[in-house]
Amino acid sequence: MDLELQGANARHPAARAGSVPALHGVSLRVAAGEQLAVIGPSGSGKTTLLHVLGAALPPQTGQLRLSGQDPWVLPRAALQRLRGQLFLAPQVPPLPPRQRVVTAVLAGRLPAQSLLSSLRSLLYPSDIPAAFSALEQFDLGDKLFERVDRLSGGERQRVGLARALLAPARLWLVDEPLSSLDPARAQQALNALTAGARERGVTLVTTLHQVDAALAHFPRIVGLRDGEVAFDLPAGQVTPERLARLYMQHEDELTGAAPSFATSVAQAADEVPEPVVMHCR
Amino acid sequence: MNAANPTNPTNPALTPPADRDPAWWPRVFWCSAALVLLWPLMVATEFKPWVLLEASSLRVSGRFIGSFFPPALDAEFLTLVARDTWRTVAIATAGITLAWVIAVPLTLLSTRVLSISALSGRMATLPFVARQAVRWLLIVLRSVPELVWALIFVRVVGLGPTSGVLAIALTYGGMLGKVYAEILESGEPLATQTLLRNGSGRMQAFFYALLPGSSAELVSYTVYRWECAIRSSVVLGFVGAGGLGQQLDNAMKMFNGGEVATLLLVFMALVALADRVSALLRKGLA
Repeated sequence: MDLELQGANARHPAARAGSVPALHGVSLRVAAGEQLAVIGPSGSGKTTLLHVLGAALPPQTGQLRLSGQDPWVLPRAALQRLRGQLFLAPQVPPLPPRQRVVTAVLAGRLPAQSLLSSLRSLLYPSDIPAAFSALEQFDLGDKLFERVDRLSGGERQRVGLARALLAPARLWLVDEPLSSLDPARAQQALNALTAGARERGVTLVTTLHQVDAALAHFPRIVGLRDGEVAFDLPAGQVTPERLARLYMQHEDELTGAAPSFATSVAQAADEVPEPVVMHCR
Repeated sequence: MNAANPTNPTNPALTPPADRDPAWWPRVFWCSAALVLLWPLMVATEFKPWVLLEASSLRVSGRFIGSFFPPALDAEFLTLVARDTWRTVAIATAGITLAWVIAVPLTLLSTRVLSISALSGRMATLPFVARQAVRWLLIVLRSVPELVWALIFVRVVGLGPTSGVLAIALTYGGMLGKVYAEILESGEPLATQTLLRNGSGRMQAFFYALLPGSSAELVSYTVYRWECAIRSSVVLGFVGAGGLGQQLDNAMKMFNGGEVATLLLVFMALVALADRVSALLRKGLA
């Protein structure tokens, strides 16, 4: 799926009315089957950009076109159908703790399934081999029937990524896929994602904190700073000077290890919702 | 020592910290305000607990409680109790099942997390109005106490367990619907939002993300409600809806302390049983 974003301003729905928009005047054109990485310091608007591209967040001004179609003029049912062709993976893996891995992975298929067949799949998983081979790409085949809350933070993140391989999507938008992975797993996960996207002819946009990994795996790099596109270049032309300018005053993120979200991910998943007060009357 | 730093008296970092807790007076004020507000409530309810300790009251309650021993344990009464226990459990179970049937669709209609339009900004007008309407319906259902519903149904369908079942179903349907929706909304919404954003239907998102996230809380609340329904069916028995409540009503009117004691022991056993069931189910789902 090709996409085109023109002069988009956007702000998180929870942001205060007067605050500076997270994105301003961002234009981006991605051809079908292209793979690109968005890099930039924390708070530069990478996640907001993914949400705008994934038709999760309407731009305040400017226009988004997915395969030439503006999603925000569609009626809601048609918008939901279009969203079925998108796969937006948040940074924190969106997995219910008490669910089994096989169910969590097969949930990627939901947009292509009828309600009845998705319910049947809850009774008996509809395509165990497909779930297994998707997990195997991330070296998690043995966890197929484990429960999500028995997995480590890094394993959960990879389960969330494996879901992409089953989604009926033409565009993958992956937010920080490596945030809780060690270097070897990160390498493997990026290989699985890029190869899987190439195999399926899927367009792949990821945000990344690991500049080296971005330069090594992606042919095209978009640098985002303060909500604006600082550069949009083939990976070969991204010089250390450009990177230094992009991460000015955030040098620790460029040189040091990327901030680890592993602990916060694990905490978020372990957090038990507040007990609801049970009163008889 | 009275001027710690005479050369720079305005530097805020060097002024000594206040030696009194600034929250003290507000605390005193709100505590006294609460007491002053409570006083008229005590007067309105004629709350005079010392009446209990007067000699005549002590004599009356002493005689009644004394007649609890020994509890009535003759075979004829016990068979009666067994039959009515079974009937009470049946009223509570049938009532809670019917309440569940009422509550589930209303919950699904009123849960905000399952709104597709609220994913990207504000909820659209029509879904918002529909959700509000369902919430009002739930309020109407649960704001009428089951005792009142029972009195209505006793007139319509006559004396007997049916009116108890219907009364529990309506009131508890309203309660279950409200609390189910609150449980679903208090959970972690990310999994549900992600599925909806990726194009799943609302029901698919419910079954694959929202339900597994809150199933233990939902089950334990439902079992707790079943326990409440058992207690409530006792009260309904007083107005002729059958079951243990009717026996208790008879025993109280006849001042038969032994029977009252047996019936109360059976209630305690039932509540303890509900407690165990809830604990087991929670353990199974945790």
